[in-house]
Amino acid sequence: MTTLTGARALLKALELEGVEVIFGIPGGASMPIYDPLVDESPIRHILCRHEQGAGHAAEGYAWATGRPGVCMATSGPGGTNLVTPLADAKMDSVPIVAITGQVPTPVVGNDAFQEADITGITMPITKHNFLVKDPAEIVRTVREAFHIATTGRPGPVLIDLPKDVLLAETEWSWPERVSLPGYRPTTKGNQRQVVEAVKMILASERPVLYVGGGVIKANASEELYRLATLGRLPVVTTLMARGAFPDSHELCLGMPGMHGSYTAVTAMQRADLLVALGARFDDRVTGKLAAFAPHARVIHVDIDPAEIGKNRAADVPIVGDCRDVIAKMVAELERRQGEAGPPDRSAWLAQLREWQQRFPFRYDQRPDGPLKPQYAVERLRALADDDTIVVAGVGQHQMYASQFWRFEKPRHWINSGGLGTMGFAVPAALGAKVGRPDARVVAIDGDGCFQMTAQELATSTTEKIPFVCAILNNGYLGMVRQWQELFFDQRYSGVYLDPNVPDYVKLAEAYGAVGIRVERPDEVDAAIEKAYSITDRSVVIDFRIDPSEGVFPMVPAGASNDDIILGPEAIRPTSDPEEAPIA
Amino acid sequence: MTNGEKLHTISALVEDKPGVLTRVAGLFAARGFNIDSLAVGPTETPGLSRMTIVVNVETKPLEQVTKQLNKLINVIKILEHDPGTSVERELMLVKVRAAGEDRQRILEIASVFRVNVVDVTHHTITLEAAGKPEKLEALLELVADFGIVELSRTGRIALSRGDRGIRDRVLRAARTAGGEGA
Ligand SMILES: Cc1ncc(C[n+]2csc(CCOP(=O)(O)OP(=O)(O)O)c2C)c(N)n1
Ligand SMILES: [Mg+2]
Repeated sequence: MTTLTGARALLKALELEGVEVIFGIPGGASMPIYDPLVDESPIRHILCRHEQGAGHAAEGYAWATGRPGVCMATSGPGGTNLVTPLADAKMDSVPIVAITGQVPTPVVGNDAFQEADITGITMPITKHNFLVKDPAEIVRTVREAFHIATTGRPGPVLIDLPKDVLLAETEWSWPERVSLPGYRPTTKGNQRQVVEAVKMILASERPVLYVGGGVIKANASEELYRLATLGRLPVVTTLMARGAFPDSHELCLGMPGMHGSYTAVTAMQRADLLVALGARFDDRVTGKLAAFAPHARVIHVDIDPAEIGKNRAADVPIVGDCRDVIAKMVAELERRQGEAGPPDRSAWLAQLREWQQRFPFRYDQRPDGPLKPQYAVERLRALADDDTIVVAGVGQHQMYASQFWRFEKPRHWINSGGLGTMGFAVPAALGAKVGRPDARVVAIDGDGCFQMTAQELATSTTEKIPFVCAILNNGYLGMVRQWQELFFDQRYSGVYLDPNVPDYVKLAEAYGAVGIRVERPDEVDAAIEKAYSITDRSVVIDFRIDPSEGVFPMVPAGASNDDIILGPEAIRPTSDPEEAPIA
Repeated sequence: MTNGEKLHTISALVEDKPGVLTRVAGLFAARGFNIDSLAVGPTETPGLSRMTIVVNVETKPLEQVTKQLNKLINVIKILEHDPGTSVERELMLVKVRAAGEDRQRILEIASVFRVNVVDVTHHTITLEAAGKPEKLEALLELVADFGIVELSRTGRIALSRGDRGIRDRVLRAARTAGGEGA
């Protein structure tokens, strides 16, 4: 019989769950976990500079690898600093496990030093959380936490461990299986519903596959490819699903939604059938819900029953894992189509093609004019290989990245979709690089976002986790500025940052990274080539971009997708508060 | 079921673990629902508790909340009671001002309603009433005239009529979502 401390049991359980790295910062309550990390546990601890960074790094790791990311913090402020990444992971269904130290059980509830009720605080922003009061429960809790985080609709799980529980001795025992009577996600799609869905697909004249993040989570890209090509079904990939289907494929219409392509947005508006695969009819995709895809019947596949019918009623609801359901759809479609192939929808496909040609994303880069952000993104992509992982912050730069990067594979695009967390990119890039050390990682960040989590460049240097951070520096909180320009009469308020403060090149150097400044279009390629050639350190490129550039097309918040605005010339600024959209 | 504001009774079979009540109550709050009453107690199975939640909602969002409730790891089963096929009861204690001739009238009301008198002082009478929610409402309306000193209600509890228990029932939310079971 082996006895060991709770902390050692924890680390051993993490090891058996396949954990290779923990992103964290220690403190009083979590110190018992740090001692065995010195020489006993093979798990690598990556010391971050802020717990928010540790949390987003765990998310980046999970996005890039599909395996759960692990972050760790001490009690009180350590735990509360994890709140933002936990909420982010909840909104984007990212499997992470957070471990927090807690004050010793005898003083829990006494306002002890660095006490915070972290299970209470994080209840609504985790998939589940645990407060472990008995060292004998630690191992089983770890098993349950990983099971919950990674199955069904994935999400964040937090384990709170009081210091005395970590220090107490317990017997080692590894439960072979997890038993959670209240948790049995439906993963296998109902075959009868699949048959209904396929019949509906075959009968449709203007179908669109509306692909969301669930397809990436389910690793269902191959199945999706077969479904789309077999049925000749056009595909839109949401912000959460970029790369689930190759952008270069003729059936790919790109991203739908508020800043989506005209073709993707309008295809959904005109469709007679939407096949929603792991997508949740988010308001940034549907625009005004009542006016969304008015002619379409809906097949809705999702592993979370609560998503089905939440925003839009489904004609054929299918609860299940996207990979299982899409594979079944492919088999059924193959059987029913037989030799004849898909029905003739050449008119629909021709219409889509025509829109694509007439309304591509566009921008105007003059050789001697100000540097356009879209040009920088296009060159970053052109000079990178297909295995490059791109990570974005939140704002205009995120939209430029999603619009102008060409995605060919899943798990090569990482961003904060649901919560829209500024500061996500730098730490998530760090985590992605840890998960995929063989791939190049490029963060496309805003100057505002960068300043929220830039401290993780120190982690990058000391832990030798190099990536490229391309700041699209417009000197503004650009996305907010764009809304003030369009909907608040160009009355700019609280959005000017100053492109020179901080000096991003010097800041990069101070952190031990390489800093490069790019002011003119003709400097872009050389800077990117230099950045991509440096592999032993991180590189920050300070792209001084045109601050007046805006993201288009745009469907103003609350407007119908039919009222898509193609470019700035089509804007009628308004200061009427009735007309101003709600963010 | 009508689409207007309406009281719905939900039974939730939950694991008897710390924080479960907070999770359930928090979910209603987060989704913007008002809980009218909530009663919790042990069940026929050790380790499992049953919550009866009365909530004021419209039918469609209620489905969203039952689906979300069902996603809570500690929730084993959810059942939305159909008023026609379930038994709903509540217990109430009410302390009524009872001076002079009011005493006799209150005792008469108590006897007509078949409720127990559990305490009497010079100035008050305390009644214990159990039964259908409508009965308690009717009683309260009558005694309100005398002046209510204080009132305590358990909140509604409910069971479905018939042979089956909550664990035998297919979850309504899972059925409507077309899954193969919860
Ligand atoms: C933590 C947080 N605070 C505020 C916001 C609101 N917000 C959304 S985009 C944005 C501007 C981002 O600025 P920057 O990083 O410079 O990106 P840009 O839009 O200029 O490309 C702000 C403030 C947010 N999404 N997240
Ligand atoms: Mg900016």
